[in-house]
Amino acid sequence: MQKAIADVFTWPSEAPQLIGSRCDDCGATTFPAEERCPRCGTATMTELLLPRRGTLVSFTTQGFPPIVPYAGDATGERFEPFGVGLVQLDDVVRVEARLTESDPAKLDFGMEVELQVVPFYTDEAGDEILTFAFAPVTDGAPSN
Amino acid sequence: MTEVAIIGVGLHPFGRFGDKTAFQMGAEAVDLALADAGITWPDVHFAFGGSWEVAQTDPLTGLLGLTGIPFMNVFNACATAASAIQQTANAIRAGVGDVGVAVGLDKHPRGSFKVDPTLVNMPMWYAENGQYVTTKFFGMKINRYCHDHGISQRTLAEVAAKNYRNGALNPKAFRRKPVPTEDILASPMLNYPLTGAMFCAPDEGAAAVVMCRADIAHRYTDTPVFVRASQIRTRNYGAYEVNTSWAAVEEDVSPTVYASRAAYEQAGIAPSDVDVVQLQDTDSGAEVIHMAENGFCADGEQEKLVADGATEIGGPLPINTDGGLIANGEPIGASGLRQMHELVLQLRGQAGDRQVPGNPKVGYAQVYGAPGTAAVTILSR
Ligand SMILES: [Zn+2]
Repeated sequence: MQKAIADVFTWPSEAPQLIGSRCDDCGATTFPAEERCPRCGTATMTELLLPRRGTLVSFTTQGFPPIVPYAGDATGERFEPFGVGLVQLDDVVRVEARLTESDPAKLDFGMEVELQVVPFYTDEAGDEILTFAFAPVTDGAPSN
Repeated sequence: MTEVAIIGVGLHPFGRFGDKTAFQMGAEAVDLALADAGITWPDVHFAFGGSWEVAQTDPLTGLLGLTGIPFMNVFNACATAASAIQQTANAIRAGVGDVGVAVGLDKHPRGSFKVDPTLVNMPMWYAENGQYVTTKFFGMKINRYCHDHGISQRTLAEVAAKNYRNGALNPKAFRRKPVPTEDILASPMLNYPLTGAMFCAPDEGAAAVVMCRADIAHRYTDTPVFVRASQIRTRNYGAYEVNTSWAAVEEDVSPTVYASRAAYEQAGIAPSDVDVVQLQDTDSGAEVIHMAENGFCADGEQEKLVADGATEIGGPLPINTDGGLIANGEPIGASGLRQMHELVLQLRGQAGDRQVPGNPKVGYAQVYGAPGTAAVTILSR
């Protein structure tokens, strides 16, 4: 069966959203959800579903396998570089996340991206673990 | 306030040293610093030690002499050595003792090892998902910076080439061979636009300084170097830093900017007064960004400054004259003390083949690391 890597996005869902939190006092917004506000220091956070679309503030590639406890099963020779980006979701918050595109030539600053839930790896029990990643949006629809 | 002088510096080479322990390297660095100051261990009133890998640095006293002095351990990630320097200076000001030692030592294992993101208060999924990688933060930061300020990837390679060249002049450096710019550009892409040869590597080494009350420095040396400022800052709300899954939409500047401003103010020194500079070059892009964050140029001016050779040893703004982290690697506990060693040699005119010409008078050092901690130290003759 399919399982989410962690309880940080709505799943199953036709239109998955990241689960963040917002401070009732000052409006500071975090991802993932936090108990205490990183600006006020008070425990006044309420869960908030984040916008699905945003723009690419910056990006890079992960060209080597991250060290343990990296969970991807394609390590060593089979490792495929992946993209990582900082995505601004409307004017709510910026989120650091994997990108579905790993070719820097196909990524650009300010590019519109949308949240997707994608297969990540298969665990020892045979379950397919899903993670979240942002995909470039072309012509108003996700590109892949 | 009591002024503080550096009267001795010692450096165990950085690199790989087989079975030699971090403590052995640390003891040798302290021996060198004591000899440089013309004193012996029983003359030392207290010490601060820092390391990433060892549990405690005070077992060093078992190698140096069990004199019963206060020996405090500090740990502040990449700012560990800078913290040891600040604490030692402050302890002299506070009257803990007249003569103190700051020492850093490390021996990082080769290659990959296991990490636990919960030890820095990040969730386990952050690492499982492949995001608990400090180098990708640096790739993301310099990629945006290059885009915003017109810095080319070639300039990133030129900065690394300069640091390898400087390392070749430094008998205690890890990397002692110049690397052509084209080879740096052609090395494997680790985190776009940063290639492998643009990054420093974890390694082994130790460094130490001896400090005393400035008014008694003449007892030990004719060439005291004074600690004019030492400032440490953490990230403000709005800064996007290492090891974070989110950032605020309202941007704030990096903690380096705050530490730098506070240090200039404390020292009564302006960037234009600085003669020799040490910056955290975890990667060559970080050196480029840190040039501006520490007030040495405006954003974007680095492209021309590097092309003109301004940051070379003979240029008007010499940076990382001993090869920086790129040529020396980063034994974390010792790295900021290596910076002090280099600045003191430069200010005394003892830096040999890599001596900055023109009798430099003011030295500046900056470190930066996870999760957004920066330190700046300013020295002068
Ligand atoms: Zn708040």
